[in-house]
Amino acid sequence: MFAADPLFSTGIDFGVVLIALAKSIIGFLFVLIGVIFMIWFERKLIADFQNRIGPNRAGPWGMLQTLADGIKLIFKEDLRPDGSDSLVFRLAPYLSVVPAFLTFTIVPIGGIFTGAHQGTVHLFGHDTFLQVADPPIGVLFLLAMSSIGIYGAMLAGWASGSKYPLLGSVRASASMISYEAALGLSVVSVVLMSGSLTTHDIVAAQASGGSILDWNIVVTAFVPFVVFCIAATAELNRPPFDFAEAEQELVGGFHTEYSSMRFGMFYLAEFMNTITMSAIIVTLFLGGPSGPIGPGPDQVWPFFWFLLKLLVFLAAFVWVRGTVPRYRYDQLMDLGWKRLIPISLMWLLFIAGIRIGRDQNWSPVLVPLAAIGLGALTVGLLAGSMRTAAIRREQSDEDDLGEVSA
Amino acid sequence: MIAQNIAFGILAASSVLAAIRMVTTKNVVHAALYLVVVLGSVAANYILLAAEFVAVVQLLVYIGAIVVLFLFGVMLTRAKLGHEGELDNDQRGLAAVTALLILGILGYVLVDYFGDDKLPQLNRTHEQLNATRGTGAVGNAIFSTYLIPFEVVSVLLLAALVGAIVLARRD
Amino acid sequence: MLLNQFLLLGAVLFCIGVYGVLARKNGVLVLMSIELILNSVNINLVAFGMMGGDAAAITGQVFALFVITVAAAEVGVGLAIVLLIYRNRTTVDLDEVDLMKG
Repeated sequence: MFAADPLFSTGIDFGVVLIALAKSIIGFLFVLIGVIFMIWFERKLIADFQNRIGPNRAGPWGMLQTLADGIKLIFKEDLRPDGSDSLVFRLAPYLSVVPAFLTFTIVPIGGIFTGAHQGTVHLFGHDTFLQVADPPIGVLFLLAMSSIGIYGAMLAGWASGSKYPLLGSVRASASMISYEAALGLSVVSVVLMSGSLTTHDIVAAQASGGSILDWNIVVTAFVPFVVFCIAATAELNRPPFDFAEAEQELVGGFHTEYSSMRFGMFYLAEFMNTITMSAIIVTLFLGGPSGPIGPGPDQVWPFFWFLLKLLVFLAAFVWVRGTVPRYRYDQLMDLGWKRLIPISLMWLLFIAGIRIGRDQNWSPVLVPLAAIGLGALTVGLLAGSMRTAAIRREQSDEDDLGEVSA
Repeated sequence: MIAQNIAFGILAASSVLAAIRMVTTKNVVHAALYLVVVLGSVAANYILLAAEFVAVVQLLVYIGAIVVLFLFGVMLTRAKLGHEGELDNDQRGLAAVTALLILGILGYVLVDYFGDDKLPQLNRTHEQLNATRGTGAVGNAIFSTYLIPFEVVSVLLLAALVGAIVLARRD
Repeated sequence: MLLNQFLLLGAVLFCIGVYGVLARKNGVLVLMSIELILNSVNINLVAFGMMGGDAAAITGQVFALFVITVAAAEVGVGLAIVLLIYRNRTTVDLDEVDLMKG
């Protein structure tokens, strides 16, 4: 099962280089066209939620609206504030676009994983995976890229040399760092059950049985999936966690001072990240491109299932944006540090315990019971200590007030 | 091999240049960015040495957490743009002499002792390399041979976490 | 590839780090220079590991990982101290933190 991309197994010739190049270009175009579609889709869907019409001028159903906006952005004047740091100001947009695309390279977008195929397709005399790259470190690459994405937001706010962008960037980076821990912990549950770090093997482990019960969303018992979705929303700075660009509080967040195509790049990165995160959720939890193979050309079906699952998540992100009001900043930190991280950590230990119990042939009843008992004890202790700390803090606050008034 | 040597040359040059800029620049945030370049080049060097797990941990922990922490520190202490007074003390000459002296001694010892020892060539397939030196092998070593040091490091991290919170809390 | 090219790169980075620690007076910059020194040590560990067999290669990587972890702990506490100094004295210049000097 631990197979690397067979593309490179027979040495590197011209065809191999050509295929690798073609895969990168197609991957990039996929994300780019996805962004153009997603912006239109989001605006149209939000308009429906709010009983408006939405974009309807450019092209059929306004589908070319994004292109028109992009052309407008390119031709606008590019301003750079006087007090800004020129080098960092120009660097920041690229720092947020490049990791957004690089994350997508590890997503398998097609290939049949049941039977003898093992997710490979035959192209120009070479067998290869339908993903741009399959590094042995796999999903760790996702975490590394999302931590590099922080730099874009952070440096943009600092380099603008004005206070609202700085506040927005500090908020954005603080929330991204906080939620990265929950994100990573829920990914670890998936890795534990699949037994591999590479995205290809994770999909193969879910799809080889051909049953929906093998998907990680079922195998890891739903909790890591929910934690990952919430953490991903916070990581993307999307509503209801979009206080980094909360218009009512911060004008426009870290990209207030940006205009023209540099602003366009932040916009692009934001939607690229949304698509990439949805694709990662599909890959990690919903079996990636796996699904029943219908009639017709069989290699088209996995791609179809992948797109369908992706679309469900994109629509869900828009739905959440259309319905849930924005969180307050301290509530977000509370949710991240005091709820999601303990939950995902405990679930990880729970899954690990059950996994060990299964490997060692321990009793399948006693192990979960003991794990649940131990988990309940931990939660009780944690809740108790947080309560005590809160009471003590209130008392010390009262003491301080007493001293001041005395 | 030639490709690897070219890659090493580029990485070494970029990391040394960025390191020199880091210790001489007049802007704290720029210094942090030069540090990112150095750390990235070092991570790429780990990949050249077939240590991909160390490389990605370097990206995750150093670039993703430590330098971001530095930037937070800079923004919280003095987030001024542009040049901001004197960052160096008056022992710059002395420091340079010390550094060059250490470099001379280290360089002499290394060249004298290791000469041109070559790194051993590994004629293995990707799968074999992955099984013997890859991420899985490192994980196995951490959780078997080095289990106790690993636990000690975890306790150290916890202590540092608590210590940092106690120090930085505003009471 | 030669072993020495990695060792010499480590040595150069180490010395630049030493220069930074000695010549800088901003607390944050001194901490950054320490990171440079720790990184050069890590290059050496991984490179030396490559000279031995599989066990040595793994040992080198594991030690590098431990150094990275300890560096993270060090930065956390170090920055907290710098922040505290800034809060108490509104400066992070290490030359001015000389209360203990008689």
